Amino acid sequence: MYAKLRLYSVVILLLAFGIGLTLYKHFALGFPLSPDDKKSLWTIEARIDFVARGDPVIVSFALPPQTPSVVFMEEDFASSDYSFSEMPSPAGRRAQWSKRTASGPQTAYYRLSMYEIDRLAHPPVAVDLPPELEKPEFDEVLKTAAATLLDQVRNRSANTEIFTRELITTLNSKAPSQNLSLLINDQSSEDYKTHLIIDLLAMEGISARIVRGLYLEDGRRRQSLSNFVEVYIGNEWLLFNQNTGKSGKPKRLLIWQRGDESLLDVVGGKNSQISFSIIRNVYSARDLVVHDRMNKQAGIIDFSIYSLPIEQQNAFKMILLLPIGALIVVIMRLLVGLRTSGTFMPILIAMALIQTTLLTGIIIFLTVVGTGLLIRSYLSRLNLLFVARISAVIIVVIAIMASISILSNKLGLDQAMTVTFFPMIILSWTIERMSVLWEEDGPREVFIQGGGSLLTAVIAYIFMTNRTIEYLTFNFPELMLVNLALILILGQYTGYRLSELYRFHALERRNAAGKR
Amino acid sequence: MLLASAKKLRSFGIIGMNQRNFGLISRYNPRHLYPLVDDKLKTKLLAQKAGITVPKLLGTVQYQHDVRLLKEILRPYSQFVIKPVKGSGGKGILVITEHDHNLYFKPSGDAMQLADIERHVSNILSGLHSLGGKPDTVMIESLIQLDPVFSDFSYEGIPDIRIIVFRGYPIMSMLRLTTHASDGKANLHQGAVGVGIDIATGRALHAVQYGESVAHHPDTRKTFAELIVPHWDKLLQLAAACYEMTGLGYLGADLVLDRDQGPMIIELNARPGLAIQVANRAGLAPRVAVIEAIKTVDPDVQARVAFSKQQFAFDPDVHPPRLLRTRSGDR
Repeated sequence: MYAKLRLYSVVILLLAFGIGLTLYKHFALGFPLSPDDKKSLWTIEARIDFVARGDPVIVSFALPPQTPSVVFMEEDFASSDYSFSEMPSPAGRRAQWSKRTASGPQTAYYRLSMYEIDRLAHPPVAVDLPPELEKPEFDEVLKTAAATLLDQVRNRSANTEIFTRELITTLNSKAPSQNLSLLINDQSSEDYKTHLIIDLLAMEGISARIVRGLYLEDGRRRQSLSNFVEVYIGNEWLLFNQNTGKSGKPKRLLIWQRGDESLLDVVGGKNSQISFSIIRNVYSARDLVVHDRMNKQAGIIDFSIYSLPIEQQNAFKMILLLPIGALIVVIMRLLVGLRTSGTFMPILIAMALIQTTLLTGIIIFLTVVGTGLLIRSYLSRLNLLFVARISAVIIVVIAIMASISILSNKLGLDQAMTVTFFPMIILSWTIERMSVLWEEDGPREVFIQGGGSLLTAVIAYIFMTNRTIEYLTFNFPELMLVNLALILILGQYTGYRLSELYRFHALERRNAAGKR
Repeated sequence: MLLASAKKLRSFGIIGMNQRNFGLISRYNPRHLYPLVDDKLKTKLLAQKAGITVPKLLGTVQYQHDVRLLKEILRPYSQFVIKPVKGSGGKGILVITEHDHNLYFKPSGDAMQLADIERHVSNILSGLHSLGGKPDTVMIESLIQLDPVFSDFSYEGIPDIRIIVFRGYPIMSMLRLTTHASDGKANLHQGAVGVGIDIATGRALHAVQYGESVAHHPDTRKTFAELIVPHWDKLLQLAAACYEMTGLGYLGADLVLDRDQGPMIIELNARPGLAIQVANRAGLAPRVAVIEAIKTVDPDVQARVAFSKQQFAFDPDVHPPRLLRTRSGDR
C-alpha cells in the first residue's frame, strides 16, 4: 500500500515538475511549443544627418524605451570618429555622440533589432503618474474659440475617453467651423496639432502627453515618427491616434519616445534630419528566444544544453530522443506484448534508421542480417567456440557492410552507403541469437522475434523523427521527467497484454461453450 | 473472434504476463532465492538433501579444456541427457538414446558425431543457453525411462508434469506430451501437447497443441479421455515439498515418471509460464485467491496436498468462478 502511495507521489512530483518547468519556459521565457513558430525580427535603422559648423559637436538622440512586450536583441551605434555614450535621463534613454571638431555633412546611425512577444498576461507596468497640470496660455480670441469647442465636445461625451476621441475627430473634421479654423491655423504641422490637443485637454483638466512612435512595415525607408496623444484616464495611460481618434496601441507600432523632450538635439550643427528605415526578417521563434535568454544569462537557460558547444548539442539531440524509444519499447512489450530479440535492440535499430532513412535502413538491415544468417550457418559447421564464433560474425558483418557500401557506390546508390550507421556489435549479436533461435525453435520464432524487433524499431523511428517530438525533447528536456512518470505508471500495469487476448482467445470460446 | 475481451478473461480469472510478473513473481519469489532453481546442480543437491528423487548425475563439465574428456565421461553410459546447468525453457538439452562410441543417436534417430556433441558442450559452457549469457556448466544426467502408462501418449520423448505450487499448495497442473513437431521435447511452444490434469484425481481434463484444443495425440492418435496420471498423490507431494526446499512462493515444478524409479523432480522454475491456464481451460487467479486467503501455511505437506485436492477438484457442474480477483489486483 505504502509502496503504491510512494510511487504515485513520485509520479505526481515528476509530472508536476516536468510540466511546470515546460509551462514556465513557454509562458515566462517565451519558448514556443511548436517548432513552426516564426517571429518577425525587425531591424530599424535611424539615420541622423546634419551639417557641422566646425565647432564641438554633441548629438543627443532619444532611444526607444524597453517595454515588456518587445525584446531588443541588439542595439548598434555607428558613427565615424565620434565618441559615443548612452545615458539615462528621467524622460528615457538617450544616445549621445560627441566630437571635438567637425565640419561638413555628418551622419550617425542607430540600429536596433527587436521582436514583439505576446504573453498570456502582461506583467503590470509601473504607471508613471502625470505631472501637475499647467493651464495653457492662449490669447483671448483663441481662448474663447477653445472654450466654445470644448463646450460642444463636452455636451456630446460621457467620459474622458469619449471626450478625447470626440475632440480629436472634431479637430480633424473635413469642414471645420470658424472657431476650429481659428484654432487649427494654417501652420497645421503634426507637432502643432499634438500640442493643441494636449493644451485643449489641459484646459479641460485632463493630463495628456505626446508620444512618438514608428510604424513597423517591411522595406520602408525614409520613414519618420508619427505623433500620438497619450491620455491619463483612470490610473492608466491610453494612447490615441491624433488623426482618427482611435484609442489603444496599434499593432506593429514601436513606441519611440514619451513626453515632450526633443527627439534629436544637435549642438554645433545645422540642417539636422532624421529618417528611419525598417526591414523585417523571419526567424524561428525558438532561436530568437534562446539567443536573447543566453544574452541575458537567464539561469535556467544558462545552465542548459544550449550552453554546450554545437557539436555536443547535436549529440544531445539524439540522446534526448532515446527516452522516447524506451517508452515505445515499454508500450510494445507491456501493453502489446510484442516479442523482440533483445530488449532494447529496437531502439538501436531505430537510431540507425534515423541516419539512413526508413526504407533504405530496413533494406540494409534485412540484407545484413539475412546474409549474416547464411554465413553463420556455415560457421556453425566449423565447430568454433562461442566467443570466437561471435567475433567471426562481427567480422562477417563488417565485411558485408563494406561490400554493401562499395557495391552501392559503384551502382550510384548513395543512400546505401549509410550502412555504417548500424551498430555492428548489435547486428552481430542479433545474427547470433537469431541463428540459435532458428536451430532450436525453428524459422517461425525467428520471424516472430525479428519482425517484432523491426516493427518496434519502425514505430520508435516514426515517433523519434516526428518534428514536434524532436523539437520538444531537445528544447524541453524536462519533458523527460514526464516520460519517466509515464514509464513508472506503465511499470504498474498488471492487465492483459494485447497478444494475450489473442493467446487466450480459445479459452474464451471454450468457456462460453461450456456455459451453455 | 480473433481477440478475447479483457473483461471476459478477467472474469475467468486468467492471469496475464504483467500480473504474473508483478503480483506473483516479484511478490512471492525473493530474488536471492532464484539461484537455487536457476542453477540445476544446486536444485539437484537440494532435492537430494530433502530426500526427493532426482535423475542420477553422471558427470559435469565446467571448463573448456575438459571437453576433451567428454568421450571418457560418456563411455560407460549408453543413454544420457546433456543439459546446461543454468539453461531455461528447455534450451540446450540434448538427449542421446543410443551410441556406438562413434555415432550418437537422438530419440528421432538422427545421428551425431562426437564432435557435434563437443561443440554443443562448448556452446553451453560459453553461455549460449544460460540466462544473460553468463558462462555455464554442463551436466550429464541419466536418461529417464518412459513409463509404459505414457507410451501411447508420447512420441520420441519423455512427457513431464508441470505443477504450479503456490505458497506450498499445488494449484494447477498439466502434462506435457512430446510430439513429432516438438522434436521429442516437452515444450509447448515447440509443439508439445499440454494436457490439463485434475488436481484431485490426476485425470486428463483438456488438451491443447499450439493453443488450440486437441482430442487425441497428433502422432499416436490416442484420445486423452482415458488418460490418468499414476502416482498422482506422490507427484503432488513431491511438488508441494519444493516450497520448503526453495522458499519460493510461486514456482513451477517439473516432474517425470520413471519406469524404474517412479516420480522424480527434474527441474524447478521460478517464472513458470501461463500456458497451463489454456491447457486447463481455467484461470489461475481464483486459485491464487483461495491460497492467499489462508493466513498461515500448513507445514504438513500431506495436509496441503489434501487441501488442494479438495479445493481445486474439477467439477463439471460448476462454472469457473467469476469475478474472483487476486489480492494483488486490489492494492
